[in-house]
Amino acid sequence: MMKTIYLDNNATTQVAPEVVEVMLPYFHELYGNPSSMHSFGGQVAGKVREAREKVADLIGASPEEIIFTSCGTESDNTAILSALAAHLEKRHIVTSRVEHPAIKVLCSHLSKKGYRITELPVNGDGLLDMDQYERSLTPDTAVVSLMWANNETGVFFPVEKAAKMARERGILFHSDAVQAVGKIPISMMINDIDMLSLSGHKIHGPKGIGILYVRKGTKFSPFLVGGHQEKNRRGGTENIPSIIGLGKACEVAKLNLSTENTTVRRLRDRLENEILARVPECRINGDRVNRLPNTTNISFGFVEGESILLMMDEYGICASSGSACTSGSLQPSHVLRAMGVPFTMAHGSIRFSLSVYSREEEIDFVIAKIPPIIGRLRELSPFWKPDNQRAMS
Amino acid sequence: MWEYTDKVKDHFLHPRNVGEVQDPDGVAEVGNIACGDSLRLTFKLDENKRIADVKFKTFGCASAIATASALTEMIKGMTVEEAEKVTNQDIAEFLGGLPEEKMHCSVMGKQALEKAIGNYRGIFHERVDEQVVCECFGVTDREIEQAIRENNLQSVEDVTHYTKAGGGCGNCHEAIQSIIDRVRPEAKPVSKVNLSNIQKIRLIEETIEREIRPSLKHDGGDIELIDVIDNQVIVATRGACAHCPSSLNTLKAFVEPKLRELVSPDLVVVVEEVI
Repeated sequence: MMKTIYLDNNATTQVAPEVVEVMLPYFHELYGNPSSMHSFGGQVAGKVREAREKVADLIGASPEEIIFTSCGTESDNTAILSALAAHLEKRHIVTSRVEHPAIKVLCSHLSKKGYRITELPVNGDGLLDMDQYERSLTPDTAVVSLMWANNETGVFFPVEKAAKMARERGILFHSDAVQAVGKIPISMMINDIDMLSLSGHKIHGPKGIGILYVRKGTKFSPFLVGGHQEKNRRGGTENIPSIIGLGKACEVAKLNLSTENTTVRRLRDRLENEILARVPECRINGDRVNRLPNTTNISFGFVEGESILLMMDEYGICASSGSACTSGSLQPSHVLRAMGVPFTMAHGSIRFSLSVYSREEEIDFVIAKIPPIIGRLRELSPFWKPDNQRAMS
Repeated sequence: MWEYTDKVKDHFLHPRNVGEVQDPDGVAEVGNIACGDSLRLTFKLDENKRIADVKFKTFGCASAIATASALTEMIKGMTVEEAEKVTNQDIAEFLGGLPEEKMHCSVMGKQALEKAIGNYRGIFHERVDEQVVCECFGVTDREIEQAIRENNLQSVEDVTHYTKAGGGCGNCHEAIQSIIDRVRPEAKPVSKVNLSNIQKIRLIEETIEREIRPSLKHDGGDIELIDVIDNQVIVATRGACAHCPSSLNTLKAFVEPKLRELVSPDLVVVVEEVI
């Protein structure tokens, strides 16, 4: 079978082998319910507590500030709806144009229910204008939600600074940190962020488990009601194997934090620089400094992203695209459009996202395969003229 | 991931007849780079007026490339009159089918073929009597009409899959629906006309009075129309219904379907919240 070269880690990650190992007993041996009165179930509660401590440790939080949810989307939805419930008199939400659909679509639903939504624009590099942000905060603002790192470009928002500004005005601040956790150091002890979302499967943990961090003292209103679990903050029998797995994943992520910022960053930079040097008419989308160490978003002019992906697929290379054709919609990615990336470039955008499992020889292989793939598709393209080639060579 | 047939994959990975025919008899270019796909088709006839050579260049996704490649294979050797009869369905069938969302690729192929034949015959395709309906993708009323007729399209979503029209901002959805209603009156959903608010409320009142209330009264119940906000029909339960534990069931299983059938398929019945 063809070897898979997996450079789509912002979509999901391989579950770390040590994570799988700790999860397994909780399916068929220690399958008890931690809420039970018998010790067979009760012993699991202690393990859940340990997992919670490990999660808290990764982000510099207290264990009681951690709520287990089913995914990043649930965490995002819970955070916003809880903030609105805490301030019924306030009807304004501040967010950005490049948020994940878990926030973006929720906000457009809320706008139909009479909430006023400010979607802050970004510049060509995907960055916010902080003066404009400050002006958007009003006495009517209930909550701000800004992502820590963008899933498509990897670009950071200065969420700690933004949270401080919100705090000074008594506005709740939420951040979707699904892509940032495990890739950069995060300490909730030294920032003013009230709520933070993270997701298990983005950090080599299992799918179907997420976290909502809620700062101690923050008014909270549950999204799922019906059980006493998570101190009445999230009903539903706990997903024990995944909770145990996520605890381990957080422990591993903490150990790998420096690798992400050294080895992974170096591989990403090499991939990016080599492609830029070997393929004419391509560009990097997003600020190259304020960015996740594992992500690069490259646009190839005159060709279309789905075609690039399927040609790469022939070699077992996995990545994703912001092109219209891959999303099932007919328009290219909302993130690239918000950044004003020209349509001609947005249709040919490819996101490579690496992980600690990415190997030097895999990057070499991709560097060797990309130029002929782009070359072949450009031969097919009516927009690619030999003049372009001459101008470039 | 799209489920492409092996034939689509084959034509994508090994496209036939790529390039441009020298001194072509017919040329066409459809689509544009901003919309995400574009096709340039050129052909040349032999002395028997058969298509001797045909080539394409495509910017677009795998299915756009595959349909163009398939098209060139299909029409090679045909007379112009024969080629003219090839439909977008024929192209899709030749490839063993396309995902519904990708049918617009086959339509693009058909459009290019038509335009190239028009070019050969010296017919300059003047679009004076056509109006752009979808601004995002520059799709005209004629193109939408043709796609509806040739593919038996029933809904706005179908039209988007086949022509891209309506796939952007969505502002043209009503206009597309009215073209469907015009072209295919039989596909028109019952009473799905653009009701004004006041018409809608009147129709709801009438329907309750004529079709719903008599049944409820038969069981000693009743409902009262409180308000209509967008597609929400707010009602209060009266009589036996007011205390009946299954009244919600009645509303959802009887009242709502009746209103949807006779007034508008988007209606949702909700019970007035008693404060």
